[in-house]
Amino acid sequence: MEYKDYYKIMGIKRDATQNEIKRAYRKLARKYHPDVSKISDAEERFKEVGEAYEVLKDPEKRAAYDQLGSNWQQGQDFQPPPGWQDGFEFSGGGYTEANSAHFSDFFEDLFGRAGGAEFQQARGRHFQMKGEDHHAKVGVSLEDAYHGARRAITLKMPEVDTTGHLVTHDRKLNVKIPKGVTQGQRIRLRGQGGPGVGDAPAGDLYLEIDLLPHPIYTVDGRDVYVDLPVTPWEAALGEKVSIPTLGGKVEMKIPVGSQSGSKLRLKGRGLPGKKKGDQFVVIKIETPEAKTEEQKELYRRMQKEMNFNPRHRLGV
Amino acid sequence: MSKHSIHIEIIDEYFEFSLADLCQCCGVQAEAIIDMVEEGLLTPVGTSPSNWRFTGTAQRKVEITLHLQRDLRINLPGAALALELMEEIDMLRSKLQIKG
Repeated sequence: MEYKDYYKIMGIKRDATQNEIKRAYRKLARKYHPDVSKISDAEERFKEVGEAYEVLKDPEKRAAYDQLGSNWQQGQDFQPPPGWQDGFEFSGGGYTEANSAHFSDFFEDLFGRAGGAEFQQARGRHFQMKGEDHHAKVGVSLEDAYHGARRAITLKMPEVDTTGHLVTHDRKLNVKIPKGVTQGQRIRLRGQGGPGVGDAPAGDLYLEIDLLPHPIYTVDGRDVYVDLPVTPWEAALGEKVSIPTLGGKVEMKIPVGSQSGSKLRLKGRGLPGKKKGDQFVVIKIETPEAKTEEQKELYRRMQKEMNFNPRHRLGV
Repeated sequence: MSKHSIHIEIIDEYFEFSLADLCQCCGVQAEAIIDMVEEGLLTPVGTSPSNWRFTGTAQRKVEITLHLQRDLRINLPGAALALELMEEIDMLRSKLQIKG
């Protein structure tokens, strides 16, 4: 079991006042809140900060934790010394709004689990409760979002065993990802969540789609965007060119006089759905490098004949 | 690997929840949802709670609101403001990504 340095996690000194602890927690809770933060490990950090606050805000728990000493390092292998909590009265109680189901082994070994006794009591009374809904993110490529796919996913399922302890086991599911899923969209798998208590039904499993970055396409809802490099003469004179789409290549006419940034729409070529998305092709004019004397001469001729100042709107 | 077929539902803007469905899947009382509608946080179709129809996106909004209230002690108007700002940030991030 790894030692948790709750002071380090909260970025405060060991002699921080209760007000400083509260302020640090509120700041970090906002920073790492999984619904708000875009940091990749926000959920883990949020749970860690919640656990640290659960201990440090409670003078009894904090005093007991402090008693372990300040020589331990975050992540160091740790076993609580025998009789370390003598004289403290917190075990199994005093839990507040934090979700104690997510607390670490370190926390549980020191302070016990919350809710165990109540759970056992509830079971004894033939308590019935629908199983917990479970949530998981599933990374999906844009190609799979377009065509649909089958995906084998492994979920860590927490369960309370017969002794009231929380254990996890791997659960494998073969899930069909329907075509046309979009970023952040949810898929509900009825009855695939946590088991119900008593005769109550199991909870549901929600999979949240996380579209993986694509090397050439970007997505906004069901609309797909692609940058299309074109030559200056294709942009000036117009030309039929091949365009990649998720459904395969299509031919498209570049309008005469296109500029960099011009947006062309391929209707219905975005992600499928009840209302199909479009694909937008954004023109990017690329200028060939003049390598030979003849090529340089060609540019000089253009300079003479085109009489073109792209900076005239800037007044220079 | 599970062999039996699993019933899949896409919870998107075309999915419809009744008030009772939304309460059940978010684990809240109807009063909480009615408060969110009155705050303008949810905009169901229909004239009264008994025939309200919410889209699939309402579920996520309710959950985020409940999380913000529980974890950050934000009241309902604050949660509504946070949700609007989060939607705006997502939209701007998406535009930034498109502009590359």
